[in-house]
Amino acid sequence: MKATAPSPGATTFAQETASDAALRRFLHGLPGVDQVGAEQRAASLGTRSIKTESKRQAIDLAIRMVDLTTLEGMDTPGKVRALAAKAMRPDPADPSCPSTAAVCVYGDMVGVAREALGVSAGSTAGRVHVAAVATAFPSGRAPLDVKLTDTRDAVEAGADEIDMVIDRGAFLSGRYLQVYEEIVAVREACVRADGSSAHLKVILETGELQTYDNVRRASWLGMLAGGHFIKTSTGKIQPAATLPVILVMLEAVRDFRDTTGQQVGVKPAGGIRTSKDAIKHLVMVNEVVGSDWLDPDWFRFGASTLLNDLLMQRTKMQTGRYSGPDYFTLD
Amino acid sequence: MSTRLDVKKTYKLYIGGQFPRSESGRSYVVNDAKGTFLANASQASRKDARDAVLAARAAFGGWSGRTAYNRGQVVYRIAEVLEGRRDQFEAELRAAEGLNAAKARTYVDAAVDRLVWYAGWADKIAQVTGSANAVAGPYFNHSAPEPTGVVAIVAPSGPLLGLVSVVAPVITTGNTCVVIASEPHPLTAITLGEVMATSDLPGGVVNVLTGSVAEIAPWLASHMDVNGLDLTGVADPDLARSLEEAAADNLKRVRRPGVEDLLAAPALDRMTTFLETKTVWHPMGI
Repeated sequence: MKATAPSPGATTFAQETASDAALRRFLHGLPGVDQVGAEQRAASLGTRSIKTESKRQAIDLAIRMVDLTTLEGMDTPGKVRALAAKAMRPDPADPSCPSTAAVCVYGDMVGVAREALGVSAGSTAGRVHVAAVATAFPSGRAPLDVKLTDTRDAVEAGADEIDMVIDRGAFLSGRYLQVYEEIVAVREACVRADGSSAHLKVILETGELQTYDNVRRASWLGMLAGGHFIKTSTGKIQPAATLPVILVMLEAVRDFRDTTGQQVGVKPAGGIRTSKDAIKHLVMVNEVVGSDWLDPDWFRFGASTLLNDLLMQRTKMQTGRYSGPDYFTLD
Repeated sequence: MSTRLDVKKTYKLYIGGQFPRSESGRSYVVNDAKGTFLANASQASRKDARDAVLAARAAFGGWSGRTAYNRGQVVYRIAEVLEGRRDQFEAELRAAEGLNAAKARTYVDAAVDRLVWYAGWADKIAQVTGSANAVAGPYFNHSAPEPTGVVAIVAPSGPLLGLVSVVAPVITTGNTCVVIASEPHPLTAITLGEVMATSDLPGGVVNVLTGSVAEIAPWLASHMDVNGLDLTGVADPDLARSLEEAAADNLKRVRRPGVEDLLAAPALDRMTTFLETKTVWHPMGI
């Protein structure tokens, strides 16, 4: 099936999103998640043995899916430049190593990242994207106009992708329409002067949502409001991306495409540190939603330390000997 | 009258302070000196070796960062605990190697004494191998030995004294190690692991693998995160040569195999092989 990008307030769901009551009725009408079943399925998919050639491909794919991230208060332009250099050439010793999907930085670092990546105006095809977190990341506790300004600034500075956080307080107290309208507003703020639009990733912060049912509802909410991606976490809260949570989110994007024909991407972030973890996620993507999602356009890893482990595994497979952390950059 | 069931012991590996089975699930039969069945030992795989190197690397920062005095205390503590379990070790040596009581006692005594000897060196080796260097300028210039990092060791066949003789000098100076125990006599090594696990030695400083040297050693020799290689227990000259070649890639410090009299008085060389020298210029008068 050829997937199209979602648009805000897709007509299919005009009724469901018309009022707070209707939205609540819809979200609470979604089938509940069997917690034990989801955890068991995630655990059993994690035991798959991936053999050499598949592993080689999985590692290269995982590298292409990495959103290389630095989201610290102590970020400096120098660190962002180093990160951008690493995103373009993760393994300087090996030109065959693919570059990562994007670098993910705070909004004020977008200009630095673009410059370091050598980005000029125009197409994003075939280059490392610049993703910026916005909307008062990571807590999301700010007035709406601040969040929108935050987003517009990042888009204006040249961000290709915006990672927004939902208002978990509003979500948990049942004000779903408020969350919905906020995502729609941010989505509109992603539109550039020339009419094109930055891709929007909606961070659910699943570690704060308490239940898998809530994860499913938030996933649908993010997709109904027109998010291009739904993302697990900010990385600032534990637990972050866990396999059962990804399973629930993948089921949501699968069901959403079955209903609307629109494909939405998924981005686990936080806590994925080893190649083994990454490969478990890829196995789950393939098993739950199929190979349509096995592409950097539809599945991403938000990570910083993961990349080094992927590079070490890649080097191990190429040289036949174990590599060590001494041979890769720290950040 | 009641009859007790035998309590059979499962010998596992010693990695990161834990006693896991081999990741591969394999084991091999260990016989006593007369060729009758003694026990099954875990047969470690390359992935166990990889895990052991990770554990050793993780432990290196904390262990090398301790004061030399404290490391000496811990090594001495191993000797204390070993002394307390000497009956068990004597019995194991007699079973494994067919030694008589007096001979077994000699080896256990020597192992305890060896640990005490190295423990004493922990806070003295720097004075002996370091130096204050005379330079033609108004500076201090001094050299101090530092541990090299993670050392992979192939232990010689003496089940207790052999293992102690190669492990103690390496860890005393602040290195961490992955040691492949004697292939025909692995059981005492794991029992010694129990001694280490209960004597204030942080998990991961010593990691003991049992199994085929020819299978595991090449992975350790070529491992880019291993900094030293002690080939004392490698009997096959071709294997030793190929391991030395593999170790050259990241310039590991290699100790070549040789004929060793384990009961002879030790020298400093086992410690100094796995030390590197840091020389510092220090401007005076600030």
